Amino acid sequence: MGIEVIFKGKNLIRLLEGLGIAMKISMISVAISIVLGIILGMLMTMKKPAVNAVLRAYLEIVRIMPQMVLLFIVFFGITKMTGINLSAETASLIVFSFWGTAEMADLVRGSLISIPAIQYESSMALGLSGFQTYVYVIIPQIIRRLIPLSINLITRMIKTTSLIMMIGIVEVLKVGQQIIEANRKTSPKAAFGVFAVIFLLYYLVCGPISALSKMLEKRWEN
Amino acid sequence: MEEILKIEGLSKSFDDLTVLEDINLTVAKGEVVVIVGPSGCGKSTLLRCINGLESIEEGKVLLDGETVNPTTGNIRKLRERIGMVFQSYDLFPHMTILDNIMLAPLKVQKRDKAEVKKEAEELLARVGLSSKKDNYPRQLSGGQKQRVAIVRALIMNPEVLLFDEVTAALDPEMVREVLDVILDLASQDRTMIIVTHEMAFAKAIADRVVLLDAGTIVEQSDPISFFESPKTERAKKFLSTFEYSKQ
Repeated sequence: MGIEVIFKGKNLIRLLEGLGIAMKISMISVAISIVLGIILGMLMTMKKPAVNAVLRAYLEIVRIMPQMVLLFIVFFGITKMTGINLSAETASLIVFSFWGTAEMADLVRGSLISIPAIQYESSMALGLSGFQTYVYVIIPQIIRRLIPLSINLITRMIKTTSLIMMIGIVEVLKVGQQIIEANRKTSPKAAFGVFAVIFLLYYLVCGPISALSKMLEKRWEN
Repeated sequence: MEEILKIEGLSKSFDDLTVLEDINLTVAKGEVVVIVGPSGCGKSTLLRCINGLESIEEGKVLLDGETVNPTTGNIRKLRERIGMVFQSYDLFPHMTILDNIMLAPLKVQKRDKAEVKKEAEELLARVGLSSKKDNYPRQLSGGQKQRVAIVRALIMNPEVLLFDEVTAALDPEMVREVLDVILDLASQDRTMIIVTHEMAFAKAIADRVVLLDAGTIVEQSDPISFFESPKTERAKKFLSTFEYSKQ
């Protein structure tokens, strides 16, 4: 079945290192995206037309452009235009954060506007301060709406890191291809085994995150 | 009779639209004032001005001599003393019934938890909802939610209670259970201002009925005079909309 190549030499270690690189890039981007996304999402609900127009345009650009095109623009385009030599890893972090921030901001905006005005009013009518209203009434409701949606985004960002091999980063998928190429003669069926193992590795990373989201959703469903 | 709430020359407009114009109303301690009037006459806005959910442009609302002003720091202190129940079910969906009721006494009044819990359970028993204390709002019917909302306002021990069409969004068979709770409050000499479309209920509970139309008080009197022999043409016309006859 071609699985035997995984255990040849340092192949398994190399695959795990590749997974580590994919995880590092996605996790740093996720962290940046969550922080910036919350700030931008709040800005989007402030009803400032100019701010809104800019942020909507930003979101549309991110939605329309394939992530790979963004990667090429940043990695090759910026280097040619400005002469700044970005490393492939930096370029990936920029693109993934640029993408994640836009999507996160939209999720935060959606969660914020989904809280009816009466929730603020009835809280204030009880004598709660603006700060207490946010802490006890509004933010807990927003978190409950936001977590399942943002976990979906996080798993998408992890999966999409497979694209960064296109700008030369040796992440898990690239390592897999190298292993297949190197063993073409001795194990012609290696493609199946290697990709099956990669599938399993992605599953081991994304599966628990999805399970956590399902668990939280169930718990909050009451 | 000792007066608790005084509204003096209150006017309010949204952009060009005048919603309230020169409203003067005094409410005595223990009095039940029912405000009726056609949709859009400013009833809800009047209630929202009383607890400072709307800004007041002209005139004054005084609670026991203190001015209600949403822009000053003491508005929170005043809101603790004015309870309000809204038309839409406004319970906090992420909290149990008990937590909904206990939030404000614990966080705003900083009362002792055991004592608050005891009082919450007593009040829930009084409205017949003891068994629901650990449920979440979505597991309750509309009428049950409104009864919880009333308890949530009551536990703050407000000096004045405002009801903004609390049965308007309910199925007919649930209206009664909510109105019975309010009738029970009237029998405890609570000061209440009630906006409602339920005329039979208004007649039963009111010490005074106020007819509001196009932002002004058209007529106010005791319920028997108001319903049996209205003085103004406007009041007669308004009351006739609740009567049906075949040709």
